[in-house]
Amino acid sequence: MDHTVIRPRMRPALSDSWRRRLPLLPALLFLILLTQVPFALSIFYSLTDWKVVPPGPREFVGLDNYDSLLHDSFFGEAIWTSVRLTVFPVIGALVLGTAFALLLDRKFFGRGVVRTMLITPFLLVPVVVGLIWKNQLFHGLYGAINWVVENLGGTPVEFVSEHPTLSIGIVLVWQWTPFMMLIVLAGLQSQPTDIVEAAKVDGAGPFAIFRQLTLSHLRPYLELGILLGTIYLIQVYDQIAVMTGGGPGSTNVPYYVYQRSIGGGWEFGLASSYSIVVVIASIVIATFALRVLSTLLKGEQIA
Amino acid sequence: MSAADVTVAVGERRWVNRALGALAWLVGLLVFFPVFWMVLNSFKSEQDANTSPKLFFDPTLDRYREVTESAGGVLSFGEAFTNSAVIVLLSTLIVLALAIPAAYALAIRPVRRWRDVLFFIISTKFLPVVAAILPIWILARNLDLLNTQLVLVILYAGINLPLAVWMLRSFFREIPRELIEAAEIDGAGLRGQLSSVILPLAAPGIAATALLCVIFAWNEYFYAVQLNPAEGSTVPIWVTTNVSTRGEFLAKLSAASVLACIPVVLAGWIAQKRMIRGLAMGAIK
Repeated sequence: MDHTVIRPRMRPALSDSWRRRLPLLPALLFLILLTQVPFALSIFYSLTDWKVVPPGPREFVGLDNYDSLLHDSFFGEAIWTSVRLTVFPVIGALVLGTAFALLLDRKFFGRGVVRTMLITPFLLVPVVVGLIWKNQLFHGLYGAINWVVENLGGTPVEFVSEHPTLSIGIVLVWQWTPFMMLIVLAGLQSQPTDIVEAAKVDGAGPFAIFRQLTLSHLRPYLELGILLGTIYLIQVYDQIAVMTGGGPGSTNVPYYVYQRSIGGGWEFGLASSYSIVVVIASIVIATFALRVLSTLLKGEQIA
Repeated sequence: MSAADVTVAVGERRWVNRALGALAWLVGLLVFFPVFWMVLNSFKSEQDANTSPKLFFDPTLDRYREVTESAGGVLSFGEAFTNSAVIVLLSTLIVLALAIPAAYALAIRPVRRWRDVLFFIISTKFLPVVAAILPIWILARNLDLLNTQLVLVILYAGINLPLAVWMLRSFFREIPRELIEAAEIDGAGLRGQLSSVILPLAAPGIAATALLCVIFAWNEYFYAVQLNPAEGSTVPIWVTTNVSTRGEFLAKLSAASVLACIPVVLAGWIAQKRMIRGLAMGAIK
């Protein structure tokens, strides 16, 4: 069976490997231009002292910016806030999302309606989510949560100003739980039912089935949820901008970089060195994450 | 097990099932409450909204009228909506135009070391937006692209492209190879294979991917507010203009929020089952 003889050759000049590469190149070039070039420029900026507004000369200062960020206590605080605003929401959303998915993975009256309600937070504009929670639920005077607190005999709490990290964390969990739920639901749906049925016939209880069969089947899905959740949550800006506008306990690293540069500081050299640190931290996370991905892709063979 | 035991066990299971169903409803209503509250507040007068929570009131559409009527000099609802629609649609089209051939080159006629290429594409997603915003701001300013729709179209295509390539690759792998080979034997090139076999078969997957791109682009705020705060602004920015530091704004903000969220929420509701199925077959395999 030799088709090459009769197959018309469209571009005889192109070798086979280049014909394969060609469809990939536009996307690849586009991504390199949009991500690698700015990144290289960032590294260059971070080695300079450069105030953009009012315009000043750009001076090469070597590693001075990195030296000064080591002594910047605000930056340390921002890192700590970033860690808390990433780790806790990811874990919270994953646990709740898995629980909700298990609740939905059974027949009951109105399942479609409940699923629709549970998915909705993920579809909302993040800015809207932040504003609505701040002004209608967390509000010290008119907030729905404080209404409950007061009726239970407690004193109202100014959530956003007194507990900024917790408030933003709750909002992030609320918005990202549906995302985790979707991924886990997808996992549950792809679980082969015959194995579960066989285990039931063998007399396995629901908890034994969950621990030994479902959880191990869900593992790659849970890992994927952690991976994607972390990528997005480490960069959170919108909710912080509209809920607190920064401040102790709510300025994470992205927000701090923004404040020191286009947010009013205009010190592009210094701010670039901060963002390079964010990139390095992300690379560490990404290396771990890519290892997860590579186990997902392992065993996949394409001719 | 005796017959009586079985009856007890079945009765017990039915009871557990009902309890879990009720729990699911409770959880659903609790999670949905903030959305319900937002919609309810959007039909209130400011006096009714700015008081301790009220369930019963005289519903009015006045807040919707207020936020949609255009005021001179300020970003109007109509402008923001049109801008968003144009930017989101154009960027999604660019994403598909770039991602479909790329996914083909990763899934159907894979290039050598396709795993490394895929890793690189996904890894660009790990690059924090803040790390890129300063050089992009400078470049946009030097190219006179600040405050244009074009800069957002390009950037939104950039943020969605990795995810789209990844998802489409998975969908393309589901296509039976015999069909593609048959088309090839008939002399179809890349374009012919795409239009005759791949696109029709992967259409549901492409739709799910496009929808996700639309959601992320419609909701994006950081780039929009940094690079495009003036004319050509998008819906999320318009929402924030309804927050005032003086006077009461809760009901107005709610109405604006409902309008801003409706397109994406409706699309998501309609496509939810397809999205789950897409994730089930696309995300892991």
